[in-house]
Amino acid sequence: MAYAAGVDVGSTQTKAVVINEHGEIVGRTIIDTGANVVTAAEKSFLAALEQGGIDEEQVGYVVGTGYGRYKVTFGDTQITEISCHARGAVHMFPDTRTVLDMGGQDTKAIRVQPNGEVVDFCMNDKCAAGTGRFLQSAAAALEIPLAELGVVALRAEKAVPISTTCTVFAESEVLSWLGKGKKIEEILLGVHRSIGTRSIGLLKRVGIQDQITFTGGVTRNQGMVTVLNEALGTTLNVSEESHYMGALGAALFAMDRIKSSREPVRTKEVTA
Amino acid sequence: MSNETNGHEIVGRGAKDGGRLFREWFESLSQAPERGDKTAYVFVMGSISEILRAFDFQISFPEINSLQTAVRRVAHEYLNTAEDYGYSPDICGYVKADVGMQLRGGEHPMGRIPKPNLAVLTNACNTYLKWAEIWERMYSIPTFTVDIPGGRSAGYGTSESSGDFGRDKQYVQFQLQELITLCEELSGKKFDIDKLRAQMKYTNDMAAAYKRVIELNQNTPATFNALSEGTIYLGVANGLRGSVEGSQYFQDLVQEMEYKVANGIGTLPEEKYRLIFVGVPCYPIFRRFYELFADWGGVFIGSTYLWFAAGGLELGYQYDLNNPLESLAEGTLLSVRNAMDSMFFQDRALVNMLEPFRVDGIVYHPIKSCRTVSTGLADNRRAVMEASDVMTLFIESDMMDKRVVSEAQMKNRIDAFFEGLATRKLRTAA
Repeated sequence: MAYAAGVDVGSTQTKAVVINEHGEIVGRTIIDTGANVVTAAEKSFLAALEQGGIDEEQVGYVVGTGYGRYKVTFGDTQITEISCHARGAVHMFPDTRTVLDMGGQDTKAIRVQPNGEVVDFCMNDKCAAGTGRFLQSAAAALEIPLAELGVVALRAEKAVPISTTCTVFAESEVLSWLGKGKKIEEILLGVHRSIGTRSIGLLKRVGIQDQITFTGGVTRNQGMVTVLNEALGTTLNVSEESHYMGALGAALFAMDRIKSSREPVRTKEVTA
Repeated sequence: MSNETNGHEIVGRGAKDGGRLFREWFESLSQAPERGDKTAYVFVMGSISEILRAFDFQISFPEINSLQTAVRRVAHEYLNTAEDYGYSPDICGYVKADVGMQLRGGEHPMGRIPKPNLAVLTNACNTYLKWAEIWERMYSIPTFTVDIPGGRSAGYGTSESSGDFGRDKQYVQFQLQELITLCEELSGKKFDIDKLRAQMKYTNDMAAAYKRVIELNQNTPATFNALSEGTIYLGVANGLRGSVEGSQYFQDLVQEMEYKVANGIGTLPEEKYRLIFVGVPCYPIFRRFYELFADWGGVFIGSTYLWFAAGGLELGYQYDLNNPLESLAEGTLLSVRNAMDSMFFQDRALVNMLEPFRVDGIVYHPIKSCRTVSTGLADNRRAVMEASDVMTLFIESDMMDKRVVSEAQMKNRIDAFFEGLATRKLRTAA
């Protein structure tokens, strides 16, 4: 049995996925990227192997993706997370035609063909407005753990309008609403809706087609999922693997290379 | 002389000679005040430099001066000077770099740019008008705006045989006659129509050659990259328009391109994808920007920049030297209209290029500090995508301000674009 792996080095977290020849996930991990990107890639890969009970020699090909893809020093090639999220989403949800990936520092809208081929894509501009970082900023300002942010937001009956589009200014706007006596959950619902509106703007640019699959770290935020479902009038495809979709797509591309006789077998190893 | 020796001398000549002519032009410009020559500031979309040359004005293109500061990686110094003076970060980067340069007494990485004695502009860009007003205020110089009537039907111009066109042409001709009167007053020289005719003849030769150079890139492999080499050609086309040196340069360039076609010599070692570039280049990382595409084997076989910034040369328009003023009016009208259409309504022209130039993809590059060029690009991209299945990429940065250029983000988008192109090629080949 040959295995393939994908390592997605994101700005906040690094994900690794190992799959078998049938495209089934046999090992997966997620760790904080931290300051040493190379080490994060290695650690996540080795941990995914351990979780799947697989030796490194059994892995025929590794694809690095994400912003730190060139830091996956043991990877055989690099593919952008745009292609990888599209591939992973269509593999997991075959009727996917639009992908919304919301990560730590950027948000992407991707329109795909049934075979996973990217038709068009659009990303947030140079700033981090409308990304996971925006949520982190709000969580810090309100002193609420990031994991609880969505749950708290969903308790609100109405939302405070968050007008700023800047992540830095978002924090001061949140504090100003607190100063005016607004409820935390109402402010948070406003934050989620603000991000949702910007994300839907990206989706509209590439053209929204059902089904929409939501990927990336923010998929774990139920508040964001609910806000997007309501605004889009549909139910986004979300699964436990959504956070790993980039790494999964990378692993699928890696398996393609193994199955293709044109590609060489793996020549690099983790040196740590 | 062997064929190999010829080839060795010919290939790359355009880039080398272009660089030399460009430096010489700036040197001559720097020395203009010492010689007692007057300088006219003009713009790429309708420079009308044939008339100005007929009065021995030195020609300076503030747009080119500004972009050169970015190419030479000092634009931020000039932008900062202008912003410290009070200009907003949102104002056109070309304007601000020029203001910064004026505030520094003409200090420029290519020499010393003389103060203007006259500014001539068209209404092709709203900013041109406001920009000229700055010099008017700074130096109390006359500015002359040639009002070019726009197209009458969705940007595709009026038919040359229609009554509107004839009236529009007369309107432009009348303005050119006023410009001649102003030039006589400023220069103290009497208008010499034969001298004008001579400048126009050089432009005719240059236009025919420029059009031919662009057409030759239909060949595979492409003989030049519109983004890198094309920008050099464009600089010469503007700076030396209406000159014997400029005319000769483009005759030589045609020879070089024809030689490359005949010998199958491309501009890239391995051409994989043929692309069109829409917009203005990212000058703050000019070489790196080009490499982000070239590293994937992507070559820009054409660009709208080579249309709207070429003063109409891409049309190959030939002035009627028997009727120089009427013909100059017609050429100016057509070229400025075409420049505007190349910015605002380029979708039809792009779609028409796809087959003959065997285009794999189109790259749209809106820039933050130029609304004129960038505003309609999203709309045009949609129109192209509706009319064809060509792959497109939309990336945003700036032509001057490196503060809004994120190379890592840009590379991510460009890499994803090429991954898509590669997948499509594989599928098509299967």
